[in-house]
Amino acid sequence: MELGYLAGSIVKLAALIGWIYGLLWGLGRPKAWQKAVTIILAFGVIQAAILAKFGDIALFSAFDQGLLIQACTMTMVALGLNLIYGFNGQFSLAQWGFYGIGAYCSADITYRWTSGDASGLLVAGLGTILGALALFLVGWLLKKKRGVPVLSAFTFYLIALVAAGFAAVKLGGALSPLLAPYFGSPEAPGVLASPLALQIVFFLSIIVAGAFAAEVSFIFGLPVLSLGSDYFGIATLGFAIIVKTLLVNSDTILPFPEMKGGRGMIGIPKLTNWIWVFAFLILVIVIIRNFVRSSTGRATLAVREDEIAARAMGIDVAKNKLMAFVVGSFVAGLGGAIYAHYIGFLAPGSFDFIQGYNPLIIVVFGGLGSMTGTIAASFGWIFFLEGFLRVLLGQLGSDAPSWRLVLYPIALLLLMLVRPQGLLGTVEWGFFKDGNNPIGRAREKLSAAVKLKGSGTKKEGE
Amino acid sequence: MPSSIASGKAPISDEKRRGPPLAWVGWAFLGLIGAVTVAYIAGKAWSNPVLFLQNILDGLKLGFVYALIALGYTMVYGIVKLINFAHGDVFMVGAFTSFYAVSRFRLHQWPSAVFPGIDPTVSVIIGSITVVLLAMLICVLLAVTIERVAYKPLREAPRIAALITAIGVSFFLEFFGALPFVYSGRFIPYKAPFPTTAWYVQDGIHPIVSGTASPDNTISFSNIFLLIAAASILVQVFLQWIVKRTKIGVAMRAASYDKSTARLMGINVDRVISFTFAIGAAFAGLGGVLYAIAYSSIWSQLGVLPGLKAFVAAVLGGIGSIPGAFVGALIMGQAEALTMGYISTPMRDAVAFAILIIVLLVKPTGLFGEPSGEKA
Repeated sequence: MELGYLAGSIVKLAALIGWIYGLLWGLGRPKAWQKAVTIILAFGVIQAAILAKFGDIALFSAFDQGLLIQACTMTMVALGLNLIYGFNGQFSLAQWGFYGIGAYCSADITYRWTSGDASGLLVAGLGTILGALALFLVGWLLKKKRGVPVLSAFTFYLIALVAAGFAAVKLGGALSPLLAPYFGSPEAPGVLASPLALQIVFFLSIIVAGAFAAEVSFIFGLPVLSLGSDYFGIATLGFAIIVKTLLVNSDTILPFPEMKGGRGMIGIPKLTNWIWVFAFLILVIVIIRNFVRSSTGRATLAVREDEIAARAMGIDVAKNKLMAFVVGSFVAGLGGAIYAHYIGFLAPGSFDFIQGYNPLIIVVFGGLGSMTGTIAASFGWIFFLEGFLRVLLGQLGSDAPSWRLVLYPIALLLLMLVRPQGLLGTVEWGFFKDGNNPIGRAREKLSAAVKLKGSGTKKEGE
Repeated sequence: MPSSIASGKAPISDEKRRGPPLAWVGWAFLGLIGAVTVAYIAGKAWSNPVLFLQNILDGLKLGFVYALIALGYTMVYGIVKLINFAHGDVFMVGAFTSFYAVSRFRLHQWPSAVFPGIDPTVSVIIGSITVVLLAMLICVLLAVTIERVAYKPLREAPRIAALITAIGVSFFLEFFGALPFVYSGRFIPYKAPFPTTAWYVQDGIHPIVSGTASPDNTISFSNIFLLIAAASILVQVFLQWIVKRTKIGVAMRAASYDKSTARLMGINVDRVISFTFAIGAAFAGLGGVLYAIAYSSIWSQLGVLPGLKAFVAAVLGGIGSIPGAFVGALIMGQAEALTMGYISTPMRDAVAFAILIIVLLVKPTGLFGEPSGEKA
């Protein structure tokens, strides 16, 4: 039984890695219709595996589906962290905090919606929109006065955000009673209580959660990113701890009784299914890949390699770091929102900073600055740790699963001692390859031309 | 031409005189936060000075323990520039060692078992010191092993590899400790090797009779508090002496200044680093025993938060500076105790890290740190 399960799991994991390879390869094709076909095929294969049943045994059991969804959310979080840490060189431990913020934010919106209260969506949605407007306004005003110190800029942004939040609370509170009649009663549900409306709200809640996490990361990152690397790391660790503490006290210090503080939030509608997960996974992959391959992304890489040289090239280092941080956190917020609606129960314990090392370890495992490695490591991580290691060790006795948390630090130590650059180093597949954008192609042509001339100067790889 | 240079210079000096625009806003914001905090605490202190003093005493107790842990962080960071996340778990191992020595093997009673006629007070003192020394020894062995196995091979690797390794070692100790046959993942009540006596202050110092509460509105303290304060201060003095007056201390300072030059001067840098880990672990072990005695409950993740807060204390005081770590730890202790007393107990972690972020923004080198570009 155990061996059969183990073999099955390994086959599934290998098939999934192959699936990722195929997806990335197909997305890397030049024509738009090829990409579209790839996306449909990649979606369809997993959907078929979920639906397929051989007699009594499902090819992809509910447990495997759960692992798949967790792996996809973990991929989103880890890709965001890879952007911040792998591509921009900012050692951040705050990613898990943004994940928690995204999870709780979207969970609160849909929870309130299902209990006939539109205030969650209205306040959070208006808050993020007004907050973004306020941030842009302040940024535009500050641009006119050059050389404003970080601390003062932070103060202005903070005042603007607080004002926007206050306005959103007032406005949302005033608007939500107007919508209340459309929810109807439990016997006669109104327009807004329909399943379609709930799906739309779910989509909006994910976006709002991501945007909220991004705004928080902006206001936090603005002053903190000016610190040095280790200090930035410890400050972000502090952020993760502060978020967890606030979540534990969400019903006492923060005014959210429905989050129930340390007891955990129950009753979140389980709306996540493979369609949503896949759509957002593709979205995140495209966002991160296009960010890294854009001119901003090249500036990001330059900042990682040498800040002073980057500044000499005319790159606004502070702005660049902040942008990578905000995009990474946005993605983490999306991942959190999807996770919340898959698991249906949120406890602050799962957003502990100790768990927060997980995405960091995944990024390091997969190879810093390798998006392929990050995706593969996320899948491998979830299926290995949560999947067959837990089940397999569970066969040995009730205490054995705790061994899995002993085994993985050992694996980590061995990896660091044997292969510190990560399993895949900087290898990229298909879609992520450098040759798949015009500049990368031009660069390849150039290096080929140089080779033809036989100058023999060996350029160092990136 | 000279006139144009002069006219070009004028705005620059003007700019310098005015400083960056709107700098006052940030300072006013921080000043406002500080003023509100001070006013809030002062108001509370005014309304109940006795409670305030009691909170200060509790904060001192916590701060002295943090100081013992922070020393290891600050010294290791000063030399190898590594956040040794495993240090907090070494602290936990110290606490558990003393727990097993006391509860399982009754090591604290060995003098009276070996020499039956001995005075019980002397017996308890000698026995407790033995327990503490044993815990320190185990911690030293553990830390030196960790350093040899995990950190030494990575000394020339990128710093992140060493940092991830430190996290890995920390996880290993925590989760290996949580295995059922090691320490188990539960909270374990800790029994001190010596009896606790407490005193209260009301027109002089009176002992609290056990089984009765101290009178209302009095400050009370125990022999544990005195012990922690004495141990922490003694360790500070001892460490100052080591670093300033002994040969190994000179070698440590040289290695922290410039490793390769120190090596050229005939210093065995590897041995110095091992010694640094060892001495930090010894004090962490001492801190672990004292923490367990003071808070009388231990578990396998005991070291995580105190360890992090001690690191924050080291950063607060200026990492690499030993008096800085001490002062930073005392500040952290006060911040936590006042938060617990006046805001809410769970908020203590959040406040501790919020203070860290603010201090880093205002003075990134910490209170006692030397302004150096290398540290960042």
